[in-house]
Amino acid sequence: MTTNYQLRRVDFIFKNENDWEEVLSKSISRTPQELINELISSELKGRGGAGFPTGLKWKLSSEAVDDIKYVICNADEGEPGTFKDREILSRVPFKVLTAMAVCGHVIGAKEGYIYLRGEYFFLQPELKKAISEFEYFCKEINLDFKIRIFMGSGAYICGEETALFESMEGKRGEPRNKPPYPSSYGYMGKPTVINNVETLAHTFTIFKYGAKRFYDLGVQYSRGSKLFSVSGDTPKPGIYELELGMSLADFVDEFGDGDTKAVQVGGASGFLVPRKRFGETAIGFQGKLTGISLPTGGSMMLFNSSRSMFNVLDNYLEFFREESCGQCTPCRVGCQQLLKGIKAVKRGEKNAHYLDKLLRLTETMQLTAKCGLGQSVANSFSSIVENFREEMIY
Amino acid sequence: MTKNIKITINGVSVEIEEGTTILDAARKAGVIIPTLCYHKDLCVAGNCRVCITEIVGQKRLTAACATPCEDGMEVLTNSLKVRNSRKHIVELLLSEHNADCTRCYKNGNCELQHLASEYKIMTQDFIRLAPMKKYTIDMFSPSIVKDDSKCVRCQRCVRTCVELQGVNALTVAHKGDQMKITTFFEKLISDVVCTTCGQCINHCPTGALVEKNYIEEVWDAIADTTKHVVVQTAPAVRVGLGEELGFETGTRVTGKMVAALKRLGFDAVMDTDFTADLTIMEEGTELLTRLKKVLVDHDPEVKLPMATSCSPGWIKYIEHMFPDYLEHLSTCKSPQQMFGALAKTYYAKARNLDPETIVSVSIMPCTAKKFEANRPEMHDSGYRDVDYVLTTRELAIMIKQAGIDFMKLEDMHYDRLMGESTGAGVIFGATGGVMEAALRTAYELVTGREVPFENLNIIPVRGMEGVKEATVKIENPLKEWAFLDGVELKCAVAHGLVNAGKVMESIRKGEANYHFIEFMACPGGCLGGGGQPIPTSPEIRQKRAEAIYAEDAGMPLRKSHQNQEIIKIYKDFLDHPLSEKSHHLLHTHYTARERF
Repeated sequence: MTTNYQLRRVDFIFKNENDWEEVLSKSISRTPQELINELISSELKGRGGAGFPTGLKWKLSSEAVDDIKYVICNADEGEPGTFKDREILSRVPFKVLTAMAVCGHVIGAKEGYIYLRGEYFFLQPELKKAISEFEYFCKEINLDFKIRIFMGSGAYICGEETALFESMEGKRGEPRNKPPYPSSYGYMGKPTVINNVETLAHTFTIFKYGAKRFYDLGVQYSRGSKLFSVSGDTPKPGIYELELGMSLADFVDEFGDGDTKAVQVGGASGFLVPRKRFGETAIGFQGKLTGISLPTGGSMMLFNSSRSMFNVLDNYLEFFREESCGQCTPCRVGCQQLLKGIKAVKRGEKNAHYLDKLLRLTETMQLTAKCGLGQSVANSFSSIVENFREEMIY
Repeated sequence: MTKNIKITINGVSVEIEEGTTILDAARKAGVIIPTLCYHKDLCVAGNCRVCITEIVGQKRLTAACATPCEDGMEVLTNSLKVRNSRKHIVELLLSEHNADCTRCYKNGNCELQHLASEYKIMTQDFIRLAPMKKYTIDMFSPSIVKDDSKCVRCQRCVRTCVELQGVNALTVAHKGDQMKITTFFEKLISDVVCTTCGQCINHCPTGALVEKNYIEEVWDAIADTTKHVVVQTAPAVRVGLGEELGFETGTRVTGKMVAALKRLGFDAVMDTDFTADLTIMEEGTELLTRLKKVLVDHDPEVKLPMATSCSPGWIKYIEHMFPDYLEHLSTCKSPQQMFGALAKTYYAKARNLDPETIVSVSIMPCTAKKFEANRPEMHDSGYRDVDYVLTTRELAIMIKQAGIDFMKLEDMHYDRLMGESTGAGVIFGATGGVMEAALRTAYELVTGREVPFENLNIIPVRGMEGVKEATVKIENPLKEWAFLDGVELKCAVAHGLVNAGKVMESIRKGEANYHFIEFMACPGGCLGGGGQPIPTSPEIRQKRAEAIYAEDAGMPLRKSHQNQEIIKIYKDFLDHPLSEKSHHLLHTHYTARERF
């Protein structure tokens, strides 16, 4: 169903945004219910990678009863191989700011925060200028909505929404137990909508053109377009907006260097797809009808035959070993064991069967880790070890 | 209104209140789910993942301690998926743990060891990580030893230090494999704001945090025939020690403890309760003197409210956190230090001993007492007043080492001179006890009548409420206390340093107008002290408190000023409360410290 699909470039996100004032005025004149319905019928799903339906997220927070609510833009873009959010914030910041204010209107929030990745400190001056221009306009149209920037400090885990709240509250950035979920208990214990930068930018498109324009793109379960951060062994690295649902084979045709051995979809926490599976793999959210379909925050790393998959995995595990917050056992100790384990196998200190023990360990991590970080280490580990087992051993 | 919901656990139906966690529901259904980071005293962390359970229909396993039940939920606590995962988690914990159990102080009382034994983890499949890490052991505090190689990162100590004590001496630093529990700027425990209360030790599941033990030093002193070893026992020890030696929680073992101490070879076994009674005489008089100076003389130098000074954890807390309020502290030493100073003066003289040959040992429910005995100012006898402080736990270890069958011991009495006590001295071990004892004596001193409470039981200051308040109106006082006529004496009691902090903040803001406040560092008072048997929980502390009050109720004398040995020491040695000699031996001063 997806294999015949043509790779189609789209140009929504970075298209000019001179009309943000109009989109904002028009949107806030509509009822929250209308806006929520618009989002729901667009079938937009979160672009950070997890793919939670955005309309439902806004709806849940709008139903929560509280005087104080928050809108948070998650700009802690930390997934290895992702670099789209900083481009959005520097090129079309008003789309994001507008979307935040509309969200505030929908759920009843008067304050918004942009949680900006520590390494993106350089974006701050321009972004601040945009915010003050934006707030000036809000005042003109009598919209009570303030946006502030909160600087992160460089921990990967703070991109996890509840760890992000903890970090904003001045605490150690550790994920919370869920439930409760952010829609009822988020930042400062208040109902909070937290969306990825790109998700917010897409809502702008939807509010501007209507749900149908967005819905018409993509395939079932994976509607709309998405930004992809293309890197690795490719002649044309960069950021591309593409329709969802494309086949990985088409993607590699377009971006590969003719010798693509494997593609890592979704960064270190995503899956590695070997060449033999390119044809049967589609890029989009999981659904009943789509066969193998891989969600992604947009990171697409291509590897050609000169790359050692052992080194790739070693690099990812090194990253997780360091970036695990360290609070829960399966993730903290599990990552250390996986890293030390593959090295021991490579050196011959443990036999090849030890890889199976480690695979079982990743199952446990997936089942028991407290947050998405620990749960998703299994993705890259199992997809690399299962497909390139010989490279792990010899 | 909370509504009831129904769930099934391993196929058995249970009805519970909405909002109940799976863990509590399981306990109600008679199903034990193992835990590690969970502690009844603390907020839920859900980070060890040992208590994972399967909810039918959900892909992932969920932490029972952190997940509220939903109507109709089907929970499995022992499915293959759960078993395999849980075993993995215990294996992971062990791989990171310095599992050198035979050389560990907590051998036999370690929750991780218990889990390993339950899951019969006999092999070491995973790579041993502990030896590869550069772990440190901090042994520089006189009270606490922190060994990071034994730490399982459950953060119980951190939550204890924050939630129960409001001290924040322990915190989490770094991330990933480097994540560890440490102090501000990773300084030594002895160099940070730590109050040495030892609550972290009481809540630590493993041997990562233990008391600095002085067992061998005390054995050496006992064996040294040139030394005369005197031992004192704190009020709360007698209601805790039994737990370590086979008795039910809340059993009073006073007589057996005395017998055991004699068998261990101590030359004299006397009672800290005696100096507790003495504290009441000194502190009660100090309070009345302060009241007079403030109410009659309007002396601006004298500060009210007066705060008690028996709890060394509290003392170090106020020195760090409220150094500008040290003048509010009673100048009385703690009963332990009063005893120490008298052991090498009064006792030495009466027994015709050279104080240099006396070794003074105390058995305390407390680790802060170890720090206190080590304070430079505690040398008023001319020698170090208290040489060694042992916790209740260390005493239990000595009794076991000596091969004493504790349960079969015949009760014995304390030795004379500093061994008699009243019920007022005993209740020092419970929160509100010092206040109650002080009121029993002070009221009678002022009015000539007993406190107007049935059976002398001042109920408002008892119980486990964090901050308790009581007002005692003084009517028809004796002539010399006429200025107190009609005065409503406002008292407060706070236990757990987080509550102490609340009271101090309200004083700082000028919202509180108390005359007298009792502060105890540990939850429940000394009976919940950092040196008491592990585990601790609200229920355990409640039982110990009941035992303390039962002990008090059964005493023939229940007011400090009735203690015959107290009357004697004033007659023979000290003269009168606040005399020059008591000032020299029984009173002290405090040191302002910094937070960082």
